[in-house]
Amino acid sequence: MSDEMQRTATIAVLVENEAGVLARVIGLFSGRGYNIESLTVAPVDEERRLSRITVVTTGTDMIIEQIKAQLDRLVPVHKVSDLSLDGPHLTRELALIKVVGRGETRMEALRLGDAFRARVVDASHESATFEMTGTAEKIDAFVALMRPLGLAEVSRTGAVAIARGPRSLAA
Amino acid sequence: MSATAPAQNESRTLTGAEIVLRALKEQGVEVIFGYPGGAVLPIYDALFQQNAIRHILVRHEQAAVHAAEGYARSTGKVGCVLVTSGPGATNAVTGLVDALLDSIPIVCLTGQVPTHLIGNDAFQEADTTGITRPATKHNYLVKRIGDLARTVHDAFYVARSGRPGPVVVDLPKDILLTQGTYEEAPREEHRSYRPQTRPDAESIRKAVALLKGAKRPVVYAGGGVINAGPEASELLTEFVRMANMPCTNTLMGLGVFPASDPRFIGMLGMHGTVEANLAMHGCDVMFNIGARFDDRVTGRLNAFSPGSKKIHADIDPSNINKNVKVDVPVVGDAGQVLRALIEAWKADDAEQDREALANWWKRIDEWRAKDCLRYEQSGSIIKPQHAVKRLYELTRESGRETFISTEVGQHQMWAAQYFGFEKPNRWMTSGGLGTMGYGLPAAAGVQIAHPDALVIDIAGEASILMNIQEMGTLAQYRLPVKVFILNNEYMGMVRQWQELLHGSRYSESYSAALPDFVKLAESFHARGLRATDASQLDDVIREMIAHPGPVIADICVDQKENVFPMIPSGAAHNEMILGAGQAGGVAGVTDEGRVLV
Repeated sequence: MSDEMQRTATIAVLVENEAGVLARVIGLFSGRGYNIESLTVAPVDEERRLSRITVVTTGTDMIIEQIKAQLDRLVPVHKVSDLSLDGPHLTRELALIKVVGRGETRMEALRLGDAFRARVVDASHESATFEMTGTAEKIDAFVALMRPLGLAEVSRTGAVAIARGPRSLAA
Repeated sequence: MSATAPAQNESRTLTGAEIVLRALKEQGVEVIFGYPGGAVLPIYDALFQQNAIRHILVRHEQAAVHAAEGYARSTGKVGCVLVTSGPGATNAVTGLVDALLDSIPIVCLTGQVPTHLIGNDAFQEADTTGITRPATKHNYLVKRIGDLARTVHDAFYVARSGRPGPVVVDLPKDILLTQGTYEEAPREEHRSYRPQTRPDAESIRKAVALLKGAKRPVVYAGGGVINAGPEASELLTEFVRMANMPCTNTLMGLGVFPASDPRFIGMLGMHGTVEANLAMHGCDVMFNIGARFDDRVTGRLNAFSPGSKKIHADIDPSNINKNVKVDVPVVGDAGQVLRALIEAWKADDAEQDREALANWWKRIDEWRAKDCLRYEQSGSIIKPQHAVKRLYELTRESGRETFISTEVGQHQMWAAQYFGFEKPNRWMTSGGLGTMGYGLPAAAGVQIAHPDALVIDIAGEASILMNIQEMGTLAQYRLPVKVFILNNEYMGMVRQWQELLHGSRYSESYSAALPDFVKLAESFHARGLRATDASQLDDVIREMIAHPGPVIADICVDQKENVFPMIPSGAAHNEMILGAGQAGGVAGVTDEGRVLV
């Protein structure tokens, strides 16, 4: 199996907004030994009681097909889409990044934040917290730059994703 | 079911417990297997005051689920279970996983502490939905009386639809005592769970093209055909006969194709026949219907049927391309797939290659001539194979409708090898989970559904002790189940593996301190019989069949007999061990193989 190509897949799952549904999805991944790189969930349609889960995972094509099929057979799952396969899509992640320091390092952090279009959402004389939205790679790059500049804490949402163009994931 | 106008009923409020029972009735439940306890007392009180649903009191909650499985598998209906909170629910878990792996439709109602105590570590509280989440197809915790009826209806729909499975409905005690109104089963489609049952025409067309052109085809049919109803087995039989193809069955699938038909080449897999496994290995087109390329069936995956094109029809898309990459996936109900396939086959003008097919049959007949299930019954020691074979022959002679359940181990494999099944739903065995202790409660469930039939649990002396308390259930309900113990005083399959793979070091596999099964039977108000000599075997079997009540027949068999043929773990279909003389070949098991179970 090791000779088969691993790929990263961004899977969107539309589910009933009910107790236990997240546990079912997570249990499926842990029970069957699949990877979760990130997972986000929030209600998206109050009226129809739907939530949307975005899972980023890696595996061979065969494993990713399995993940989709396994998700699809969960009773509260309405729809599963492998966004990475079904066409072009947008992925975004939000991060809050705290840097602690004074003087020149602090100035350097603020300059770089500006260059990366990170917003300063909290500041004190010895700290600054950036809010940043972008791809995981962009956030990774920014976090790496902050490391020598007093990086204290990072909080990230994990990826959310949506297809480009008129296609949509209807229940 | 009653003549009362529904409008009149609607206006009256019922307790939660009454709503549960009414929903069960609407779902067609006639029998429920259970064990009472504090959290479900309101349901037991409501059961006491009605006659529509019969309750069967088991002696352990695990047995309640197995009994419901036996009931479900022999009738095609959903089996229904009622247990209390905490230990009632945790005891049921083994049965639930058993039903999950064998795709058996079960609805299990579990009691729960009242909603305001959930999470407080209350007496007999367990996180039942948490524990059973990976043990069920789906589960529910009912927190509002307004959701109760709909949830029970939903549970039955989920249990029986698509690939069937067990469903748990967790019922807090306060909900059972609250007043509410009854809701009938919804007529509209389910919001999210709508499995595909009808195959798409393109996949059927591709399947027919492959099958028509096959020179060395094999049909590999499993439990999915049983779950699709008896008509699916008839369609399978029609197709196999029409196409003149060899047909092998999985352990779960025995009975979907008549064992007496010359096109039946036996069970396949680890203890399958030579002809079945070599046909799988050497075929050019494989048609898998309702089976899932289980590891007991495939052996070493990278050597599994290397030269064949594979068609896989399954109702569960997650089974397709899970273990084995296939060429033509067909998603759908086995019955609908077979109907579409037969239609398309007849409409297609292409001719089969009859010459190639005749040559293929010639090869299969050569393999068959090896007579791989041959054994020698000489002298007074009873060979276990012979015991099963005589049981088969004498039950046939009796002319009675016969149902067989088994426990798990060597006796199970001998039963699968030597007992022939002509129809589906007659064979109840724990295939996926391999649950020792399955057979006796399952047989009780079968007998409840078929009171006049001959129901036999083919058992081992070790397995039977795992749910022996169910002899009490047989006695209470006068269930004339026959327990046919192949007693070799060993956990035989463990002993076999120790002999073949662990240098004959029989670590903890001897059944020491066994009870006297004859006296044990008598103490449970049953007949106890014993055969220790081959000359007694037929008489004991005849007496067992003729006795109108429950029987334990203790058949003392050869202690050293092993199950053959055998594909050692990690080996391929063409690397079978045929018999004791060849067992030295097992030394060739790789370290990778030894890791496998």
